Amino acid sequence: MSVKAQHDAEQFLYRQAALLDDKRWQDWIDLFTADGVYWMPPDASYQTWDGQPAIFAEDRDLMAVRMKRVLHPDAWSQKPLWGTNHVVSNVIVDKAAKNGDLVVRSRFHMLELRRDDVRHFAGQYTHHLKKAKGGYRIKLQRVDMTNAQAAYDYVLQVWV
Amino acid sequence: MLQERIPDLSQCVEPDRVRKEVYTDPQIFELEMQRIHERYWVYCGHESQVPKPGDYTTVQIGRQPLLLVRGKDKGVHVLYNRCPHRGNMMCGDRHGNTGEFFRCSYHAWTFQHDGMLRSIPMMEAGYAGTRYGKDNPDCSMKKAARVESYRGFVFASLAEDGPTLLEFLGASKIAFDDMCDRAPAGEVEIVPNCFRVIQHSNWKIFLENQLDALHPSVVHQSTGRAAHEVEKDIAKKTGKAPLSYHMLSAFATVTIDKWDNFQTLNYPYGHCILTGYMGLRPKDPDTLAYEKVMHKAYGKARTEEILGVNIHHVLIYPGLSVQSPLQQLRAVRPLGVDKTLTEIWHFRLKGAPEPIYRRSLAYYNLVNSPATLINADDLENFWKCHQGLASDGGDWVSFGRFHGRDIEKNGVVETGPNMGTSEAPMRNQMKAWADYMGSGR
Repeated sequence: MSVKAQHDAEQFLYRQAALLDDKRWQDWIDLFTADGVYWMPPDASYQTWDGQPAIFAEDRDLMAVRMKRVLHPDAWSQKPLWGTNHVVSNVIVDKAAKNGDLVVRSRFHMLELRRDDVRHFAGQYTHHLKKAKGGYRIKLQRVDMTNAQAAYDYVLQVWV
Repeated sequence: MLQERIPDLSQCVEPDRVRKEVYTDPQIFELEMQRIHERYWVYCGHESQVPKPGDYTTVQIGRQPLLLVRGKDKGVHVLYNRCPHRGNMMCGDRHGNTGEFFRCSYHAWTFQHDGMLRSIPMMEAGYAGTRYGKDNPDCSMKKAARVESYRGFVFASLAEDGPTLLEFLGASKIAFDDMCDRAPAGEVEIVPNCFRVIQHSNWKIFLENQLDALHPSVVHQSTGRAAHEVEKDIAKKTGKAPLSYHMLSAFATVTIDKWDNFQTLNYPYGHCILTGYMGLRPKDPDTLAYEKVMHKAYGKARTEEILGVNIHHVLIYPGLSVQSPLQQLRAVRPLGVDKTLTEIWHFRLKGAPEPIYRRSLAYYNLVNSPATLINADDLENFWKCHQGLASDGGDWVSFGRFHGRDIEKNGVVETGPNMGTSEAPMRNQMKAWADYMGSGR
């Protein structure tokens, strides 16, 4: 594995997380390929998002719905003060294809503030990255929450 | 004490309003658990959840931890999740397979799947001449007083007496008939995933919301509008957006006045039905292929009857909300006066083509997952509602919309024509609540 691939992957993942924390939703969606999918399975054993229960299984159209909803002035649950802070680490490049495509695993911690309440999420990212002009695009972002099977205290509003 | 503060619970409920303490008082909550949840029929699970002998799942009824387990005789049992020896919890996992028998993790007492004592280590040496042994029922795991199942949906009552399950369900059993009849094979099977979400509000606030036809166009406007915009974009590009977009956009495109075209039917024990649906019978190739399979299974006339059933939502008091045309079921488990767990399941229509499963799956994921685009705003409102009720800013919750204009026939209260947003379901639920609580047993 080249040091450059490792470095590029890490930088990409950090920027991905920063776009979420900065609420730059359209820029974040634009990280995805035209057929890109954001997937959060309810159980780590799942092999595909297709035809299965999913916490998230969104293509770019559904991502657009979520973004437009969050930005709507009457998204009641998004009115109170809220924000997130991601930390991404333990980045492992699992596969590097000759054409530059990568499969990258990493771990994340995410703190979320809503009103005065803090929630804490953690888990594993698996990114299938396509080499593109000026960097990468996401073909698949798989998010395995450590608490995927535990009851959710309130719900998730935007992508983790 | 509750006695001093509220000497007569029946005074908390008037025909068109309810005292706020009903939602916020911890002692009233304890009484509700005793007099409602731990007496009447509460949903435990679906038989297909425990297909093999030894399969079990835990279930909470009121404050009682129970197990739904499949026996070797193929029967389904509901037992207290408790070892009769020292009171240890028997199964520590949420679900699993217990093998040939239950074995307590503390002193290795073992029990059959129906709860009967099987063995105690060195039973003869340790217990000869004592009152303990296989003949003493106190040495077996305690069973739920009554267990009945209807079309695969298992309910338990923790009281020896009371109405049978079918007497209790009455007309609300249509939730299960409508769901199962839509399957060419006449039955459904569970999709093995449960979405569980905690609400920080009283359990009744959730139940009252389920048939509240006024709230969708207010609460879900943001998602409805967003989905409608994207739906139009997709239609422009490809001709037709998937039906799942319509399921979301209908929250905005069905305007407040149109929700009055719906109707609610309100039954004894607090059960209610909301009729009308947002166009789930389109004429696309997937639907037509499904109708063909249905014709084969039932004939044309019966298929028309089945697919013509006009139900949006069935509420089975005190803790089940069923959307039968979409095969979704939400079980409500009160955890405390201001904390409620919902367990949300999806069912597959046996014998129906794959696209029909995927259609209702899309609804399950978009509306009912922990990343829901819809319930997020409901939960926000439930929390705000509970916060306000816990304050001294007022004493009553009002349910006056279209009060006095309901039509009562043979004990069933129908909302009047073009009064679909009537608060009749809330009035009916609270009337039933007062009856349950007044029984005082």
